[in-house]
Amino acid sequence: MAEMKEAPAGAPVMEQAMTWVDNRFPASKLFKEHMSEYYAPKNFNFWYYFGVLAMVVLVIQIVTGIFLTMHYKPDAAYAFASVEYIMRDVPWGWLVRYMHSTGASAFFVVIYLHMWRGMIYGSYRKPRELIWVFGCAIFLALMAEAFMGYLLPWGQMSFWGAQVIINLFAAIPFIGPDLALLIRGDYVVGDATLNRFFALHVIAVPLVILGLVVAHIIALHEVGSNNPDGIEIKAKKDPKTGIPLDGIAFHPYYTVHDIVGISVFLMLFTAVVFFAPEMGGYFLEFNNFIPADPLKTPLHIAPVWYFTPYYSMLRAVTDPMVNVFVVIVALAAVLAVLKGGLTGKWRGVVLIAAIVAVAMLKFFDAKFWGVVVMGLAVMIMFPLPWLDRSPVKSIRYRPGWNKVLYGLFVVNFLILGYLGIKPPSDVGTLVSQIGTVFYFGFFLLMPWWSRIGEFKPVPDRVVFQPH
Amino acid sequence: MKKLLLALLAGLFVVSSARAAGDGIAWDKFPTERVTDVAALQHGAKLFSNYCLNCHAAAYVRFNRLRDIGLTDDQIRDNLILTGAKVGDTMKVALDPKDAKAWFGGVPPDLSLIARSRSAAGKGSGADYIYTYLRTYYRDETKPTGWNNLAFPNVGMPHVLWELQGQQRAVFVDQKDAHDPSKVTHVFKGFEPITPGLMSASEYNLAMADLVAFLDWMSEPGRSDRMRLGVWVLLFLAVFTLIAWRLNAVFWKDIR
Repeated sequence: MAEMKEAPAGAPVMEQAMTWVDNRFPASKLFKEHMSEYYAPKNFNFWYYFGVLAMVVLVIQIVTGIFLTMHYKPDAAYAFASVEYIMRDVPWGWLVRYMHSTGASAFFVVIYLHMWRGMIYGSYRKPRELIWVFGCAIFLALMAEAFMGYLLPWGQMSFWGAQVIINLFAAIPFIGPDLALLIRGDYVVGDATLNRFFALHVIAVPLVILGLVVAHIIALHEVGSNNPDGIEIKAKKDPKTGIPLDGIAFHPYYTVHDIVGISVFLMLFTAVVFFAPEMGGYFLEFNNFIPADPLKTPLHIAPVWYFTPYYSMLRAVTDPMVNVFVVIVALAAVLAVLKGGLTGKWRGVVLIAAIVAVAMLKFFDAKFWGVVVMGLAVMIMFPLPWLDRSPVKSIRYRPGWNKVLYGLFVVNFLILGYLGIKPPSDVGTLVSQIGTVFYFGFFLLMPWWSRIGEFKPVPDRVVFQPH
Repeated sequence: MKKLLLALLAGLFVVSSARAAGDGIAWDKFPTERVTDVAALQHGAKLFSNYCLNCHAAAYVRFNRLRDIGLTDDQIRDNLILTGAKVGDTMKVALDPKDAKAWFGGVPPDLSLIARSRSAAGKGSGADYIYTYLRTYYRDETKPTGWNNLAFPNVGMPHVLWELQGQQRAVFVDQKDAHDPSKVTHVFKGFEPITPGLMSASEYNLAMADLVAFLDWMSEPGRSDRMRLGVWVLLFLAVFTLIAWRLNAVFWKDIR
């Protein structure tokens, strides 16, 4: 047992109480380690707000979600009506519901910007690989959470969107149809689906997300935050105190700083909640104000905006696109054998792997490969720390053309998102195919392009202008 | 960094400017100021209860919610409830779905959310659609009901309000495509009155605006409260942001 500390005689009651608690629970120790003596780089910029904003949105979603479950009925016969009951008859129900529906979209806005920050400043590089991997897992869990939550209002788009996405799983060879049946719990999307999605949405996935968020933050506080210069602040410490010279205490400096960011964010968030909760049909789709009808298929079924870049990549995979993949695999194999510096045994392995890959590409349906591409588009984020071979972390010290490349990556992602909202067209398919190749090329060729070009010298200390 | 932001903005611009309009006839603009006009809403409620509520339910709306548009419980009971419903009940109908299928080919949709659900990006709001729809009925003897509609071709509902509007026929002309003479399109040229109604054309338009205003109000009765509250919330946050910003400056002035 740890030694019991004693507050000095005559100390204030609060100090005596804290001593009593600290002898039994490390409250002061935790506060010091994670807040008042957690040293963060002093040069954080605009992009560093989105981590705390993601936490804020998570709290909004959990709290509003709890109140929604008090009135919502996860039953195909009552679900739609119970949502309208919340909107009309439950006191402040409309506010809680709009906060939750706007929160879903806001979550993706801040998470996409948070991931973008990690990409441009190399926040995933050693020693922060696990922070990034946990973060990608959170993103994946969030997608599942959003998808299952979207079924619950039981409107036309809820129903048909779920129908389309679950049918994608049926395209997987051999196990597909049984897997789709397992997800639905029925041969069509129905009451069984709604019940299990409700259970997963309100308890299973949120638990996973919360656990991953804790892991994400513990890993972050273990190694310390990166910064826009990509410099390790722990390399230069004050010899007397041992505090990084460019580090400042998270509390009060970043708590007071984040409150400003949160407040500005809340202004934008509440502007949507109070003045445009439908956001022109992008946050709440118009069709979803019609109760689910399994007999009436809407003319155009599009997922909610935050899934559309991936949906575009799914639709891009047509039979000609599979042939493009075949050519790419063949070229990659030839290149690896000729230029890869491999020994004889490994050359054989590469060749056989390429032949198997080509055979599988041609054997299975393009629809299946579309599903694979969509899945890989998300999964490819995980190995990013090992794909990036740049000698510097931050984009500030990378070759100038890297900025153009990262800009194109964003524009490409936005175009893919836009095309995913639209009904399919010939031009749209071609553009999304080029966009898909660019998206994957950006990541898969990163070990090569991230090494070339002229890098600028990285300073010893962070760049900071006092405000 | 500036270049990146510019690129981002350019991307957003592409997304927002390229929203194309859908097909079908263009929708007329519903006079939106009617939705905040209590007299218009009350007139719309009366039209709704007299002409719509016999077949169409509004099962998520309670009669006494109409207090929000300035009616008392007694006024609602005496003027708007034509069945034995209580004032706290929702607006249901006695129409048997089986009969409805036999008579109209389908169950008349619930109208609680009709104005929200019929919006279409690029075409207009749901109110625009209904405002157009209620004014573009015309005689068409090829249809089982004898009626057809420009905004909703082959509609199952006959023109319930024909007594008010009167009867009209639609004039179509065949127009050859300028680029492809083999392509002939059936173009709407205008309406011709057959018999006059109880209302003049402008009176009918105003009445329909009131009815649509009521439907629009009904789709989200709390909308005006929401906006009113929103102004206060934003004002509070603006003040809070200002204080937080200055507080931040006080703490950060020590950081060099």
